[in-house]
Amino acid sequence: MRATPLQRLLSFIFGWGAALLLFFPIAWMVLTSFKSERDATSPGLFFAPSLDAYREVFARADYLSFALNSVVISVGGTVLALLFAIPAAYAMAFHPTRRTRGTLLWMLSTKMLPPVGVLVPIYLLFRTAGLLDTRSGLVMIYALMNLPIVVWMLFTFYKEVPKEILEAGRMDGAKTAGEVWFLLLPLTLPGVASTGLLSLILCWNEAFWSLNLTSAGAAPLTAFIASFSSPEGLFFAKLSAASTMAIAPILVFGWFSQRQLVQGLTFGAVK
Amino acid sequence: MSAPSNPDATLSGSEAESTRKVGPLLVMPSVIVLLAWMIVPLVMTLWFSFQYYNLVDPTTRGFAGIDNYAYLVTDPDFWVSLENTLILLVAVLAITVGLGTLLAVVFNQPFPGRNIARVLAISPFFVMPTVSALIWKNLLMHPIYGVFGALASKMGLQPVDWFAQFPLAAIIAIVSWEWLPFALLILLTAVQSLDHEQREAARMDGAGPLAQFFFITLPHLSRAIGVVIMIETIFLLTVFAEIFVTTSGGPGNATTNLAFLIYARALLQYDIGGASAGGVVAIVLANIVAFFLVRSIARRLEV
Repeated sequence: MRATPLQRLLSFIFGWGAALLLFFPIAWMVLTSFKSERDATSPGLFFAPSLDAYREVFARADYLSFALNSVVISVGGTVLALLFAIPAAYAMAFHPTRRTRGTLLWMLSTKMLPPVGVLVPIYLLFRTAGLLDTRSGLVMIYALMNLPIVVWMLFTFYKEVPKEILEAGRMDGAKTAGEVWFLLLPLTLPGVASTGLLSLILCWNEAFWSLNLTSAGAAPLTAFIASFSSPEGLFFAKLSAASTMAIAPILVFGWFSQRQLVQGLTFGAVK
Repeated sequence: MSAPSNPDATLSGSEAESTRKVGPLLVMPSVIVLLAWMIVPLVMTLWFSFQYYNLVDPTTRGFAGIDNYAYLVTDPDFWVSLENTLILLVAVLAITVGLGTLLAVVFNQPFPGRNIARVLAISPFFVMPTVSALIWKNLLMHPIYGVFGALASKMGLQPVDWFAQFPLAAIIAIVSWEWLPFALLILLTAVQSLDHEQREAARMDGAGPLAQFFFITLPHLSRAIGVVIMIETIFLLTVFAEIFVTTSGGPGNATTNLAFLIYARALLQYDIGGASAGGVVAIVLANIVAFFLVRSIARRLEV
């Protein structure tokens, strides 16, 4: 549709105005992370930039171990979810039965269970099993938490693969495992990758289970940042530096997976 | 798509036979772990909610009947937390859906640098909740050192101590900031699928931009808006981290929502029975929403 110059100007003003306002807190955080602790408490644009805050975060807190926990837990949870979801999504997309529809919707409904509703039993089970404050505990929770989304996304990707390609493979004698491994996976690698990416983002930013089930040993970055909430830990520059490092990788991932995000988060209800 | 009644009709006999057997085997592991993940904690929560069970007082155990529920509904904190949960929900929904719809329409128009602006606008969604909350609380909303306070002083106004004077509003602002990008992203996708010819025809018939918005764009978006409302509702009913790191439910119980109340009962007061009764209430609330969400998604699902 052709827009009049006035419409274009208004769109430009409102679009960029909204974008800058929404991005401002993030930009301000990055800016503050390069200030000294003294400059950080006076909201000004002019200061002598320094890397002190970053240096101190590394020196004082065991930043790397929290970051490592985040990586291990997010990747672990995502890989585990994919291992369960790939065969399930494959079977439901290519060999649907009468129960497939119901199964898919039921899986989705498990996602609706509010985590706080099951906090008590999960906490007690974890305590009994010695899983509190362990990475493997969170890996399990995150895999289960994302499994419905991962199955759904893979299912929609697999649905788009033409059946004839698999037929041809079968003519050449490919068995089910070979079919998945040599035909389907390469064909849908972009789909699997973006599904994994979304799962990574969700795991990385998860802050209910990570705050309630970890203390020091397995705490990921979400919990590390939460430790800055105590009044004596109120150092704006260090908070900003730690936060900037915590969100940077996932922000970049997010920028690349906007499309898949819509699909994954709405279970295909919005296209 | 092959006929659903006989999905393997196109395959040769023996292959069809083997995949028919393998199919359920491949789905089974996911179903089993999800079933366990759902049923076991659900049953335990229900069970505990009818028990006297306090972790620091092992002497009182046993069947409690509806005592935990009775205690819950006579506790003023519970009603305040329910009220806070609903205020938070409705306010954030109004802000994110309202602004999200407007911005989706704006970002659907061509303007210079639109792609970069869109990336900036959706960025808050990828920020972890603990970071969003602490950045807003300290860098922006702090009455002395924050940006808002500095701007207010510059304009000759009294800086507002957001978390002391309007704590719930402060939480609403933070959570809206996190979820507005989500609403924008989903609604933008929906706006983009709007048939251009339909709008062009309306324009030819003399419909102004406002008429086009209200009679064409908005009805087209109603489904997507419904989905955004329901998905956000599921997450907003249990906002936790933002409250945990900023106010801890206070001052008093001003920002205690249902999720925080249950957390405090369980892990601060060790009242397993009481917390479980609260948990059951949270599950029932979420299920009411989930029912409608699953129904609307089911309508679009092709197997």
